Amino acid sequence: MTSTITIDGKTVPFTEGQTIMDAALAAKVYIPHLCHDPEFKPHGSCKLCVVEANGRNVTSCTMPASPDMVVINDTPELNEDRRALVQMLFVEGNHICPACEATGNCQLQAAGYYLRMQSPHFMHFYPPRRVDASHPDIFLDLNRCILCELCVRASRDIDKKNVFGISGRGIDSHLAVNSESGRLGDTDMAVTDKAAHVCPTGAILIKRKGYTVPIGQRIFDQKTLREFHLEQQKRVESEDGPDGG
Amino acid sequence: MMQPPDLPDIEQQIAIICQRHGCEPHRLLQILIDVQEMYCFIPPEAITFIARHLNLPRVNVEGAAGFYSFLSLEPAGRYRVLFSDNVTDRMLGNEELMRHFCNRLWLEPGKVSEDGLISTNFTSCTGMCDQGPTALINGWPVTRLSKERIDLIADLILSKSPVSDWPSTLFEVNDNIRRTDRLLGEPFEPGSAIRATLMRGADATLGELKLSRLRGRGGAGYATADKWTACRDSEGTARYIVCNADEGEPGTFKDRVLLNRYADMVFEGMTVGARLLGSTKGFLYLRGEYQYLLKKLEEVLARRCEARLLGTDILGEPGFDFDIEIHLGAGAYICGEESALIESLEGRRGKPRNRPPYPAQHGYLDQPTVVNNVETFACSAMIAVHGGKWFGETGTWESSGSKILSIAGDCTLPGIYEYPFGVSVREILQDCAAEEAYAVQVGGPSGILVSWKEFERSISFDDLPTAGAFTIFGRGRDILEAVRNYAHFFAHESCGFCTPCRVGTQLQKKLVDKIADGHGTASDLEELKHLGHLMRTMSHCGLGHTAPNPVLDMLEKFPGAYEQKLTSLSFEPAFDLDAALATARRITGRDDPWAHLP
Repeated sequence: MTSTITIDGKTVPFTEGQTIMDAALAAKVYIPHLCHDPEFKPHGSCKLCVVEANGRNVTSCTMPASPDMVVINDTPELNEDRRALVQMLFVEGNHICPACEATGNCQLQAAGYYLRMQSPHFMHFYPPRRVDASHPDIFLDLNRCILCELCVRASRDIDKKNVFGISGRGIDSHLAVNSESGRLGDTDMAVTDKAAHVCPTGAILIKRKGYTVPIGQRIFDQKTLREFHLEQQKRVESEDGPDGG
Repeated sequence: MMQPPDLPDIEQQIAIICQRHGCEPHRLLQILIDVQEMYCFIPPEAITFIARHLNLPRVNVEGAAGFYSFLSLEPAGRYRVLFSDNVTDRMLGNEELMRHFCNRLWLEPGKVSEDGLISTNFTSCTGMCDQGPTALINGWPVTRLSKERIDLIADLILSKSPVSDWPSTLFEVNDNIRRTDRLLGEPFEPGSAIRATLMRGADATLGELKLSRLRGRGGAGYATADKWTACRDSEGTARYIVCNADEGEPGTFKDRVLLNRYADMVFEGMTVGARLLGSTKGFLYLRGEYQYLLKKLEEVLARRCEARLLGTDILGEPGFDFDIEIHLGAGAYICGEESALIESLEGRRGKPRNRPPYPAQHGYLDQPTVVNNVETFACSAMIAVHGGKWFGETGTWESSGSKILSIAGDCTLPGIYEYPFGVSVREILQDCAAEEAYAVQVGGPSGILVSWKEFERSISFDDLPTAGAFTIFGRGRDILEAVRNYAHFFAHESCGFCTPCRVGTQLQKKLVDKIADGHGTASDLEELKHLGHLMRTMSHCGLGHTAPNPVLDMLEKFPGAYEQKLTSLSFEPAFDLDAALATARRITGRDDPWAHLP
């Protein structure tokens, strides 16, 4: 049986078990997000997708939709807060967009464009973070990691390898690698793993692929984050059948 | 003192520890605590072997070990001295004592001495605010620190005397119960609440709980009968009763006293809960700072087992089986949040879960679970004995019963005070002899900062809700320094999961520091309000929602606290070029004019 919620006044159907995000994306209503990917178990850490549901702020990628829920999503206030979250992610790490190989393919950068971020606004942290080039095919540059745990989930749930995890706490939280040396080269990660291709920023890069697609022809040179994420949803739906899995 | 065993034996040692815990992945944190105790840190090899024995990915073990403050991935000293750094410890001069200690022993905070003997650092509030300043030495609390006591401790460490041989006066912890009421004033006979429950029946006792209008004493104030009913009515293969003794809110220490002196009442409340919900397994999650109580509490549990108040067929009632297991925390404030506590019980990083589902439906091992504060279980035991009407006669309609407060700071009589709900701040201040109070932080940093103009306000869920902290600031205290301490606390204790809290608490800390250091401007105040709004509305859990409270309260109620520190400019950079050269000056041993920027 199908029930409905409304998002910004638009009636959106959902089925039992779907989150607000699931229902929204399926109806082509865009809620900005970074740590969510319809292919993976929801995480709810980036908080870009926070919406107001029945008067309360909730994380739309983890909050189950319930009948007659009234959701407010696309407002200047919420988008301003989302912009501040993106700015926070920029200043806590070391993001060097013009020099980064992921430029134009980076969802964090695209979120900055989408939410009209003009400057980092907050003071930079300039944290000392590790670069790991020990793997023959994959770079790991923690300077760009936003702790979305997409690689953690991909490696655990799809590749069944548990190559990644999180260690540390608070601002010292960091991506950790499943080997005694802590180096990626000492794991069984392969370049064909899903985990090697889900990073929304330039933290996990494939070696010897630099600039094979010229700047100007990259993903977000062609489309907005909104278009990209809605296509991603469509792709998952067509792979999994009409129910979206 | 025992020498750390040679690392070549480590595989065997780890195997023994893991087997002692049944190679149970849910006991990972308990295993890591044992390893830390044995080696003074968690060696990388230990992580590898634990992962192998528990059949867990190595990175999960490393992730858990990396999360908790009392676990260390780098070698710590064989004597690990952690100075409690609550604002009350500050008021009593903990920084000066730490400096004195470091000077005596040639130490730097955060570093291990060259011979590996000692390491020292600050730690979050250790729950001894009524007898501070305090330090934890290899887990043991040393109270009422003074220069003389620090000298004695330094000598004991230098002579390598085992902590177990130190004079017991160093480790004296007082209960300081100054006022009692319904809960602490009535005698409690072990077994009486269970007997009353068996006589009355489970449903009727749940009815008494409803009648009592008891609300959870952890601060949030959810109706206990509703929580228990929801758990009882949820589907599951097992039900769990969890007592949250992770009393981490700076300034709170009433659970410490309840566990030390009223443990029977607390355990009995849990057992009553087990009868009402049909649970056979309970956990007491004891904060790492209270590890010194572990042995005593285990003895109480053993005594209760012998008296057939725990175990199988409790008090001869066939099929009434219930056990309580104590789990230790390891220095993580966030584990006071119920879903983070459950994650920690399961041996993971203490990260709050996404909700819904709530623990009453999907808690420990995904089964229906009740998590309640220590005091809530004590209240439940008394309600089982005396009935809901008796309990509801005190306090107010919305906030029935009494509340235990942990009072510390600028007053003559710090300690534990039990009051009926509805008592005014002014009355409390009179009782504890706080002559010139200027402000009170009710409910700790996550609570409410009350100014002298609001002392008629009352302790209750609809006015000043609190888990129990009541920290008094006398005239002349620098509120900005207190707020700075709180901002640092939240930045240290954020679990790091969500963006607004992980980054927001850091930015807040940096801005408060900037103002306190005399570089603040009007725009920094606006920025603090902006950050406060973001943390309150976008964070994942209560920590992020409440982290801006002290800052926002100060901005609203104590403009004098920061105004004179602001520079008149509309902008002042946070980065001080000359200060950045300090390291270079120290290395080169120079401090002449040319070593400074003009």
